[in-house]
Amino acid sequence: MNYIFYFLIVFSIIIGAINGKLQDVVNAVMSGAELSVKVAFSLIGIMAFWLGIMRIAEKSGLIEWIAKLLRPITKVLFNELPPDSPAVGDIAMNFTANAFGLANAATPFGIRAMENMQGVNKDKKTASNSMCLFLGMNTAGFQLIPTTVLAVLIGIGYKNPTEIIAPTLLVTSIAFISAIVMAKFAQWISNKKEVKNE
Amino acid sequence: MNNLLNLISLWALPAILIIVLTCGLVKKVPVYEEFTEGAKDGFKVAVKIIPYLVAIIVGISMFRASGAIDMIANFASPLLTRFNIPSDTLPLMIVRSLSGSGALGIFSDIANSAGPDAYSTKLAAIMLGSSETTFYVLAVYFGAIGITKIRYALIIGLLADFIGIAAAVLVCNLMFA
Repeated sequence: MNYIFYFLIVFSIIIGAINGKLQDVVNAVMSGAELSVKVAFSLIGIMAFWLGIMRIAEKSGLIEWIAKLLRPITKVLFNELPPDSPAVGDIAMNFTANAFGLANAATPFGIRAMENMQGVNKDKKTASNSMCLFLGMNTAGFQLIPTTVLAVLIGIGYKNPTEIIAPTLLVTSIAFISAIVMAKFAQWISNKKEVKNE
Repeated sequence: MNNLLNLISLWALPAILIIVLTCGLVKKVPVYEEFTEGAKDGFKVAVKIIPYLVAIIVGISMFRASGAIDMIANFASPLLTRFNIPSDTLPLMIVRSLSGSGALGIFSDIANSAGPDAYSTKLAAIMLGSSETTFYVLAVYFGAIGITKIRYALIIGLLADFIGIAAAVLVCNLMFA
């Protein structure tokens, strides 16, 4: 993270200077900082709502039930989490919300999943294998119906906008599966290294 | 089929609400009290991710303002013609992992200037719909729990994005070219 942060800022300033866009780069600092707070604050309401709903789901045993239902899959994917971890239910809710294009609802579920995975994480500053896998699956952005894209296509008068649903689903599945495979491979390598060091 | 898909996406959210609340009531959970108890964390989480969002969003805003994306686009354009990729979709490929609003802006721009029948519009639609803003997800999820050593998470996210782009080009070539 340190290198990425350094690279983004220093590289941008140098490239901006070369392109004669240094003023734009400087302005981007203000607008970017302002935008981050806007993004965070726009999350508060929807985050509070879904965290509240999730609390009810948890207290009524619904999350536990979903987690149990998905155990055959999660046992293989998230094999480093305890099998009865509440994170499993949160992960399931996160993917359900993402699949239906409810990005606003997916974020609080995902954060809860991360918090529950952090509970069993040994080093609180370092991401665990389970966290990396979950993040990889999330950044691949598995979605059944790309609602925003459809809205734009309809807006420009695209005749048959739903024809892009099937190819999008195919592409997103490929990305999703390859993220899982890569994360599991990275986990395997890092565990092998750990054994060697001990 | 399409109507069914639309119906499902319309009902997904209301269905979750009905199921969760009914389940709570049946199990004699004090739904109002538990809801407000859970909702208290909303503010806490949002405030907690601000420093991480500022770091990532400022960095990416600077990167976009510097003109680096145009430079990469110029550099990569000979490669594009080889793979039958319209050059107006290239900025979208680069911005997709960096900024969600930026990617949506570029997509609207492509759709409006290339028109509803253009190959670019289809390719851009599939690329935008099939992936997520990797840097944003990373900042929010790891920020919320204070993880700073991210190990291989970003590499996998970006590789998955790249595979997604390649798959989008391939699928679009087979279906619409």
